[in-house]
Amino acid sequence: MTAAALIAILIGMVLLLVRALMGPTLYDRILAVNAFGTKTVLVIGLLGYVMGRPDFLDIAMIYTLINFVTTIAILKFFRYRSFQVPLARRVDPAKGGE
Amino acid sequence: MGEFLANIGNFWEFLRHPLGGLACLAGGFLCIVSAIGVLRFPDFYTRLHAASVTDTSGAALLLIGMALMAPNWLVLVKLLCIFIFLFLTSPTASHALVNAAHVAGLQPRIGPVGAANPEDEA
Repeated sequence: MTAAALIAILIGMVLLLVRALMGPTLYDRILAVNAFGTKTVLVIGLLGYVMGRPDFLDIAMIYTLINFVTTIAILKFFRYRSFQVPLARRVDPAKGGE
Repeated sequence: MGEFLANIGNFWEFLRHPLGGLACLAGGFLCIVSAIGVLRFPDFYTRLHAASVTDTSGAALLLIGMALMAPNWLVLVKLLCIFIFLFLTSPTASHALVNAAHVAGLQPRIGPVGAANPEDEA
């Protein structure tokens, strides 16, 4: 039954790839890629069970965190067109705050 | 009393694998449903609703199914870690995504149901 669930998730990933490729706006693509990453985590975990090696869960754990960082970094890049802008607004002491 | 507990333990050992498989199947079904929703819903904000089905129900059911089939405690702890990470990060990522789209001025599609989709004409 894990194999059936694995195939189901893989079909879902293919559908998400279609949306990521033809998404009309940037945010549709980011949404599809983010959901794709979540499904990848689940696929890696299930693959460990199907192949009888649950050690794959370590990789899935790391992938969860990498997926989150990737989404935030892409969003920040397309907001500011740079990776070097701080996320918090800097207070200018000469003007006395905002 | 000890014999009774041992019986319950044996029964659980017998039952947990089919239960885990069923939970995994339900999770896979929800994953397909959410992917179809992302593919077919009309605009970004409704697609986000469809995508969040995977992030909550799909991932939770699959992880619970895998936890029911876990061969030892270490696997269970790893699954718990994935569960916590996933449920901390995916709402945050969704919020950041919607916030970025809203700040950028992306408008939700409003109008009568079945009206022509402007994306189709483009």
